[in-house]
Amino acid sequence: MTGRALDVPIEHLLRKLTPQVLGTVLRRFRDFAAAEDAVQEASFAAAMQWPCDGPPDNPRAWLTQVAFRRMADHIRSESARRRREGEVALESARAEWTDVDAVPQEDDTLLLLFMCCHPALTPASAIALTLRAVGGLTTGEIARSFLVPEATMAQRISRAKQSIKSSGIPFQPPTAEERGQRLRAVLHVLYLIFSEGYTTSDGPDLRRADLSLEAMRLTRIVHSLQPGDTEVAGLLALMLLTDARRLARTGAEGELIPLAQQDRSLWDSQQIAEGVALISETLPKGSVGPYQLQAAIAAVHDEAARADDTDWKQILALYDLLGRMTDNPMVALNHAIAAAMVRGATKGLELLKALEADPRISGHHRLDAVRAHLLELAGDREGALRCYRSAAGKTGSLPERDYLLTQAARLSSAPVPGNED
Amino acid sequence: MKYILMMSATKADFDSYAKWPKKDLQAHTAFMHAFNKELKESGAFVTAEGLAFPDQARMVRAGSDGSPITDGVFPESKEFLAGFWIVDVEGPEEAYRLAARASLAPGSEERGYQPIEVRQVMSGPPEDLQ
Repeated sequence: MTGRALDVPIEHLLRKLTPQVLGTVLRRFRDFAAAEDAVQEASFAAAMQWPCDGPPDNPRAWLTQVAFRRMADHIRSESARRRREGEVALESARAEWTDVDAVPQEDDTLLLLFMCCHPALTPASAIALTLRAVGGLTTGEIARSFLVPEATMAQRISRAKQSIKSSGIPFQPPTAEERGQRLRAVLHVLYLIFSEGYTTSDGPDLRRADLSLEAMRLTRIVHSLQPGDTEVAGLLALMLLTDARRLARTGAEGELIPLAQQDRSLWDSQQIAEGVALISETLPKGSVGPYQLQAAIAAVHDEAARADDTDWKQILALYDLLGRMTDNPMVALNHAIAAAMVRGATKGLELLKALEADPRISGHHRLDAVRAHLLELAGDREGALRCYRSAAGKTGSLPERDYLLTQAARLSSAPVPGNED
Repeated sequence: MKYILMMSATKADFDSYAKWPKKDLQAHTAFMHAFNKELKESGAFVTAEGLAFPDQARMVRAGSDGSPITDGVFPESKEFLAGFWIVDVEGPEEAYRLAARASLAPGSEERGYQPIEVRQVMSGPPEDLQ
């Protein structure tokens, strides 16, 4: 996303207009794959010309015209049968070229999101397609964000478009019955994009970090289009409140710093204030969902000036609610931590026992890591040491392995209580 | 999640590979091309490399002044990496499926299917550490 040197205001303008122009082109031509390519080409042409000549008076109309011309070229190069159909679309399109401002534009962004995040697509496909068609990123930029070759990302995007075509996913609003579930699918994809960016550690290399910003930008757009949806607001608040801790999360060498040890003066207080205000005005509206509860939990953490000031009772109550809404074992794991902080480590360890039978998490490193932490709190040093090492052997994250091994090393080098001679 | 799929063989295996008949070599090469193409088309491909024969392999250690001390004498039974793929997939099951495909690479009859070592490539920090 920072790969090319481009005028920043122009880049922002282009990325904002991309889904709107794509929506207009799609209304005329219906061929998603070709329309998306045409809009990318138009956007590329603009990125080349506008910085020299200055943006045109009506940038959206400019982009739409260029994209329409590309579509016309595409249709002409198709087979004779396809050409006849296309000319009809072209005719009706020509009549409306001058009229593009009249079309309601903002809703198109939401329709595109519904399309790109359709449950028929794999998460990887939906993420790539959303970033390109709605986020307006180039394939190369997306590939660099995910550290895969550009050709691989191009292939994923092309397969995703193929899936949309073969599943007959239309560019139109979902039915009233489907709407809630489809919006949840959109939020899930935005959440995955956010997490992908949030897992970065490489200090100076902010490319992946930009994915979090992009996810927040898109979620803001959805929130502005659906201000009454409490889960959209909840997700935006969750992102703001989580991302606010970014600078404090890793040390100078990229090492992980757990919440309790973070330098809270590094937290982004403005972003926290925005997130807290958003979740505070959303919760009383009723229809509380998992994103709102997670945002509320993040808000309680963010509002504690010191780790010791954390209101664990409130966090435990929120996890109680959340646990009733979802059977996600990660929620159960965090619930056990909160229970340990309120009722003691033994209570937390009891709750972990129940999770051992759950195959979704029984072999997961997080279970061992949490158990290690609670065993240490309970004073079982040998048990904690064993679990820290076991967790280190299972994690797929290098900074986390370093963290867990450091915890183990700290325990094994500390004098055994009562054995100091 | 990224995984590395590693194909290894003993020094003796490499020696016998060098003596394979033409049609076996061609079948092996054709298989590798087809498998790489499949990985690229599925959007899982990150990188793939084949390594030179172990005749060229050297074990290198730093001497007391930090300069390299090399050794190239190995027993026939020593295992060497022959090549590897790095794939980006949803999870371990998909990586195992691809490894099983790679394992079908035509080899000598006595060896049967090639064993493929699958390891996760470590990435950045986990989602959260609350």
